Amino acid sequence: MKAITWLALSLILSASPVAAADGISGEREQELQNLLIQDCGSCHGLQMKGGLGPALLPEALRGKSAEYLSTVILHGRTGTAMPPWRFLLSEAEARWMAERLLQGVTQ
Amino acid sequence: MIRVIASLAFLLLINTPAMARGTGDLGLFIERASSSVQIVETSSNTSIGSVAGLGDLSHASVVYSRDQRYAYIFGRDGGLTKVDILKAEISQRKLQSGNSIGGAISQDGRLVAVSNYKPGGVKVFDADTLELVADIPATFGDNNQRSKVIGLVDAPEGKFVFALWDAGEIWVLDMSQRDRPVIEKFKNIGRNPYDALITGDGRYYIAGLFGEDGMAMLDLWNPSAGVKRILPDYGKGEQKLPVFKMPHLEGWAVAGDLAFVPAIGAHEVLVINMRDWQEAGRIKVHGQPIFVMARPDGRQVWVNFAIPNNDTIQVIDTQTLAVIKQLKPGKGVLHMEFEPRGEEVWLSVRDENRVEVYDTRSFERRNTIPATKPSGIFFTARAHRIGL
Repeated sequence: MKAITWLALSLILSASPVAAADGISGEREQELQNLLIQDCGSCHGLQMKGGLGPALLPEALRGKSAEYLSTVILHGRTGTAMPPWRFLLSEAEARWMAERLLQGVTQ
Repeated sequence: MIRVIASLAFLLLINTPAMARGTGDLGLFIERASSSVQIVETSSNTSIGSVAGLGDLSHASVVYSRDQRYAYIFGRDGGLTKVDILKAEISQRKLQSGNSIGGAISQDGRLVAVSNYKPGGVKVFDADTLELVADIPATFGDNNQRSKVIGLVDAPEGKFVFALWDAGEIWVLDMSQRDRPVIEKFKNIGRNPYDALITGDGRYYIAGLFGEDGMAMLDLWNPSAGVKRILPDYGKGEQKLPVFKMPHLEGWAVAGDLAFVPAIGAHEVLVINMRDWQEAGRIKVHGQPIFVMARPDGRQVWVNFAIPNNDTIQVIDTQTLAVIKQLKPGKGVLHMEFEPRGEEVWLSVRDENRVEVYDTRSFERRNTIPATKPSGIFFTARAHRIGL
């Protein structure tokens, strides 16, 4: 029973347009999701409510585009503790994370 | 299932007066994504219970009551929870702010202080009742802005010391008379202090600076001398590497006269001669160091690293300053805690959902404990150490 649910879930996930469009594998998406919650969460909070860095909840990001957010992710913000993640993320991956943030990140 | 049985057995044990036990070999580790902690015992290297319902535990930290029975857990959501580790239950819990970062317990064990990001400041609570005793807003500048507070530690003579990230200040809060808090402020200590520590004797408070080179040091025995910059030339003119995670300055890795701290923006551990506070060396390491921690006897220093090198631990020999061992415990090694006399060390391996126990002489793995996204590990021996 558990296996069937899992199978159905993976089918739904693999059919999601985000995964298909940007060429990010399902496995990599899981890594990115973990990175988003755990490592971005180190400064922004596991629930994105903020910490050393600002809150990244959808309402806090209202009016900011995915393009702008992915630029900040890739290049960081000079004069703040936000580092440039381009050493670890591709442009498509940064964009994926920006879209996740705008949707609201849930564990 | 095994854990459930172990917890049940533990409950039976502690409810039987004849089986009363001490807590000196107990501790806990944070399961940061599931709002829980596991209570562990270092004599058997096992988990003996767990406590849930602790809120957002991103960046959670813990101090212990002086009887080593109660753990005060500081959560990111401003939650302050007092956990009875013998009964494996919450004895009190309070949401004391919107967003907090850490805490400290006073020298006499009667007060618990919490440092807050939002609203920025420090709140001091009665350790028994968690009633608010003092509220110290971290205001600065002409418009009374509030600063995030970092690096809160206890200090001798009933004091707490902390630093203001946004303001670049160090404050000494004297709570020896609990109804009359006295604050001494040290301004212009350097930009963006990111964490701080106090030496084991409680004399020197040292803040790491993110915004400029060097570290800010306050001699609490001679506060009128003010805050001095140490290692001022470190990193000058060098291209800084990106810092994917802020280093921690927890405890004080000391061997003889040498102290070991993480560099920031460089893959190096810095060695400081504490006699003259001059740089005594730089040790090339595997990545951006996060925790640089000495085995209690000071013969080894263990180092973990920021992403993308956080699957690795390196061990430095403090006599030769050479890296003598590299371990790959698994992805996401977040924290290390030595057993009180240092024969074993516990590591949390977050992304692989386990806590590992290693022998520090043979470097062999002694045990593995399943855990959910484990982060900080805290043993009760901290109760009797200044600054922890």
